[in-house]
Amino acid sequence: MQNAIEASSLTKYYNDLPAVDHISFNVEKEEIFGFLGPNGAGKTTTIRMLVGLTTPSEGTAIVNGYDIREKIVEVKRHVGVVPETSNLYDELTVWQNLLFMSRLYHVPKQERKTRIRSLLKTFELWDRRQFKFGRLSKGLKRRVTVAAALVHDSDIVFLDEPTTGLDVISARSLRGLLNELKKTGITVFLTTHYIEEADQLCDRIAIIVNGKIVKIATPESMKSVVNTQVVEASFDSPIKSAIAMGLEALGEVEVEGCMVRLFTKDVSSAIEALTILSKEHRLKIEYVNMTRPSLEDAFVKLTGVASDVMKAEKEGGGRQS
Amino acid sequence: MIVEELESIWYIILKDLRAYYFKPPNISWGILFPLVLALAFTLRNPSGFAELSPGLIAMAALFGTTSMEAIVITFEKRVGALERLMLAPISLRTILMGKILSGAIFGLMIAGTMTLISIGFMGNQITSPALFIISLLLTVLTLSALGALVAVSVKEVFEAQTLSNYFRFPMIFLCGVFLPVEAMPMPLQVLAHVLPLTYSVDALRQTSMGSVHFRLLFDITALVLFLLTFLILATRLLKKSLE
Repeated sequence: MQNAIEASSLTKYYNDLPAVDHISFNVEKEEIFGFLGPNGAGKTTTIRMLVGLTTPSEGTAIVNGYDIREKIVEVKRHVGVVPETSNLYDELTVWQNLLFMSRLYHVPKQERKTRIRSLLKTFELWDRRQFKFGRLSKGLKRRVTVAAALVHDSDIVFLDEPTTGLDVISARSLRGLLNELKKTGITVFLTTHYIEEADQLCDRIAIIVNGKIVKIATPESMKSVVNTQVVEASFDSPIKSAIAMGLEALGEVEVEGCMVRLFTKDVSSAIEALTILSKEHRLKIEYVNMTRPSLEDAFVKLTGVASDVMKAEKEGGGRQS
Repeated sequence: MIVEELESIWYIILKDLRAYYFKPPNISWGILFPLVLALAFTLRNPSGFAELSPGLIAMAALFGTTSMEAIVITFEKRVGALERLMLAPISLRTILMGKILSGAIFGLMIAGTMTLISIGFMGNQITSPALFIISLLLTVLTLSALGALVAVSVKEVFEAQTLSNYFRFPMIFLCGVFLPVEAMPMPLQVLAHVLPLTYSVDALRQTSMGSVHFRLLFDITALVLFLLTFLILATRLLKKSLE
């Protein structure tokens, strides 16, 4: 099967500093491919190169069979882009915006209205078709922007941080729509710094840090790099770090309030040690849980970027428009 | 391919007119500006208005094209809407031609209002209507291209306005709007001849007030060259922003 995207040694320098540093990857047709990394990792720059908004300093990519250096107009015909900011026209209605996009992408006149009508119904925007874009909520704007990226029947859709700044309900609704997109045979290239989002949506993930790809794998095999189990125990009162120090012989320990997380290969010894700890310090165990490592654990192990850094970015991102 | 590009230009024009130019405040400004300009100069010197009217029409075209267009392009750059156009399968030249034409239409509306006031209320004559229309069309297109060039070279709306004023106000004084170019000192005459408005004022004056000279061909050629130069420079600047 021909790949939807084949990037080879793609590089972008800004003032001699590499924003994207010789990255190579393939995106298979009809898959959801995630680019996961912290802010400034080079995710957006990669998308901008792939869709012709900036020229690569070195290397190239084949998108839908066309070289981005030689046939960028052909590339643009076949891709839809949902930028981080919903950048349609505030003064035009939802319908006018989609009509303008369909015209700009040379959708045959006889198909325009049918396609727009179908998209508006799929994205539950039909009732708001006469609303001005500028008056919509962030979540609805995002939906219209995704619809605009699909109006010309694109083969590949690029989404740059699609749920950043959305409330929980809008973000969940958008993720549902992206899952639906996959069923229609469209290839989705998604950037995100939301680890759970990448885990839920993507068939494969590339982790990018400081402009370089650290690993490309499925979320499940990504998690397998952390070859430990996670034993979580919650106590009836907060745990002092000093108390939990005794568990470190069994593996890495994280303490957060009443919760202790122990990354260990020896689960039975871990449970035994937790029981002893509760007896010695007269603590009551509220519950014990055993989980496989999360994608976040794998991300931390692979990149060395602390999970709290990603969390802080996530919270910061949540406040963005 | 060419048909697709021409269609795209047309759609960009329609979008810009609908989203920005043909908003009620802009239309009322477009009528009010030439009206106030005509009234001010008529009240000051009623008999001298005919002499000034080609210059005032060119001035209306200058402000009509550059003021709104600079705002529209820099605003679209700021909110990412210009990128939306750059994502479409059309060339940068096509995008700029759409922008220039929509700015030119708005400029034509204002300069046309000034012309109608001049003919309808002040009793002026247009001696060579066809050539006058060609001169006016070239004027608004060239000045609109100049506005686009300024807008793509800056980031903020206020920068575009400031930069526009650097050339707008000197042009009003140097290009024969109020004072004939020939009456100015030689260094200023040389300066006047590197500014497009000089050729616009001369072309509009010849075609609206008396006989047309061979010089008109030179004016029209100069305006076409200015238009192409501004378009090429603006396209290069926009392309450079992608690097």
